[in-house]
Amino acid sequence: MVEDIQEGGGEMIEVQDLTKHYGDVVALSGVSFSVEQGEILGFLGPNGAGKTTTMRILTGFIPPTSGRARVAGFDISEAPLEVKKRIGYMPENVPLYGDMGVERYLLFVAELKGVSRSKRRSHIGEIMERCGIREVARRPIGKLSKGYRQRVGIAQALVGDPEVLILDEPTIGLDPKQIVEIREMIKSFGGEKTVLLSTHILPEVSVTCDRVVIINQGKVLAQDTPESLAARLRGAMKLILQAEGPEEEIMEALRDIKGVREVKKSKDLGGQRAEYLIEAKEDVRREVARAVVEKGWGLFELRPDTAMLEEVFVQLVTEEEGA
Amino acid sequence: MRNAWPVFKKEMRSYFLSPIAYVVGAAFLAVCGYFFYANLIYYSLLSFRGHSNPLLADFLNLTEMVIAPFFRNVGVLTLFVVPLLTMRLFAEEKKLGTIELLLTYPVRDGEAVAGKFLACISVYLLILLLGSFYPLTVVFLGKPEGGPLFTGYLGLILLGGMAVSIGLFASSLTENQIVAAVITFTMLLLLWGLGWVNEISSSPLTRALEYISPRGHFDNLSKGVIETKGIVAFLIHIAFFLFLTMRLLEARRWRG
Repeated sequence: MVEDIQEGGGEMIEVQDLTKHYGDVVALSGVSFSVEQGEILGFLGPNGAGKTTTMRILTGFIPPTSGRARVAGFDISEAPLEVKKRIGYMPENVPLYGDMGVERYLLFVAELKGVSRSKRRSHIGEIMERCGIREVARRPIGKLSKGYRQRVGIAQALVGDPEVLILDEPTIGLDPKQIVEIREMIKSFGGEKTVLLSTHILPEVSVTCDRVVIINQGKVLAQDTPESLAARLRGAMKLILQAEGPEEEIMEALRDIKGVREVKKSKDLGGQRAEYLIEAKEDVRREVARAVVEKGWGLFELRPDTAMLEEVFVQLVTEEEGA
Repeated sequence: MRNAWPVFKKEMRSYFLSPIAYVVGAAFLAVCGYFFYANLIYYSLLSFRGHSNPLLADFLNLTEMVIAPFFRNVGVLTLFVVPLLTMRLFAEEKKLGTIELLLTYPVRDGEAVAGKFLACISVYLLILLLGSFYPLTVVFLGKPEGGPLFTGYLGLILLGGMAVSIGLFASSLTENQIVAAVITFTMLLLLWGLGWVNEISSSPLTRALEYISPRGHFDNLSKGVIETKGIVAFLIHIAFFLFLTMRLLEARRWRG
């Protein structure tokens, strides 16, 4: 299911074969993807998939064990300072100096990012306006609510007008209203800036992103538009059945179940035992089990055939419901 | 080095926004004020006796009996005060995670280290400046020699610089501020104590240890003796620990 990266012009972020080992732990193994100029790319995967590691490598916080990455044409290992000048980064959990005032902090960031002294105040003013934090400009960051804090996190990423925004879990821990507001804000960056955002929430990418890269256990599983990814998954439920009984009759009985599209024998296990692959539109496990048992055949195993991608999706969907 | 400046300003602001600079400064002034007062009273007591005892009067020397002990006391106090000023510098950033943002801004590691070092040494110098009130009273009342005053402060600045660089190093080792302070205390006191080894026995090793220790070099300066090798020893310490701090910041890249 892993697709090749498409080669094309106007690539703002190019990641090739990135690996990262922490001692014996492999955090990333051969991650490749690219983000076009002006595109919003969602980085989707469960916790611990390697999203944060990838982002930390791109922002120059940690180096990769091997592989290459370029941001705006600059190699992250060869010209880290040039890369850092072109990236606005919001790390997960938005670490900010609690004792500093919002405006003071943004001015500090502006100075670090080389915004000229004469433009600093007006630049910061525009950003605070855009992020809706003007009314808390003088408050210490430590005293802000989670929602405001997140906005300050995005604001500091916007300082210096970087071409690339890298946002790690920008909506985590927010209430539904705040989530919608932050997503709207991120969408408004599309076209103007190249955005890489990570999330472990499936619907988030379909709402916000132009394209999505699915990552799990340090590997890219797929990259596509949210729509075609969803279409790929819709309606497909594969079951593996191990049963004992006359082959033809079993196949026929299974085909008679409502919702079953196709039945194939996948493995002969000796005697009358065999393994069957069932493709259905919906979850038909209950019906399959009943059919087999009612006929007096032996039922040895019945489980969904979860390809890697679907497994991740199942995990993602469950997490969203649990949250 | 352009970006050391904003880091410096940020650190200065956060020193004065938190109570730590005030508390440490007040404690420092109180303790060194008491020691200074005690020495001065003792000296004036002996001076009265000196009127009736000309033999004693020959021994009376304001610089040796008041100024030099003042510098020695402030020197030892420095070993206790500086760890409290340096402990938060990197440890807090690591604990809060702000180090991730700081180091992904277009800032070189060296600029971050320099900004923090200069901010901390500035706070230390400010405290010294407030404390200079004590020896200044003697300058108005008596006639101490100018040389030892100058070299004494030079010694304090060098000792302070060394303590700050060791503190910065310890602070980048851990995300726990208390641990950082304890490591700094320990290293400073051990280095200070190394100077005593040579009083027990004298061999090339103990002479080397004595050279490493700031105590002898500092003592000379507080007595008004300037030695190039002593000043060089301080500068080597400062450079060495700043270098180690930068290496440690870089090492996070391998440890993750």
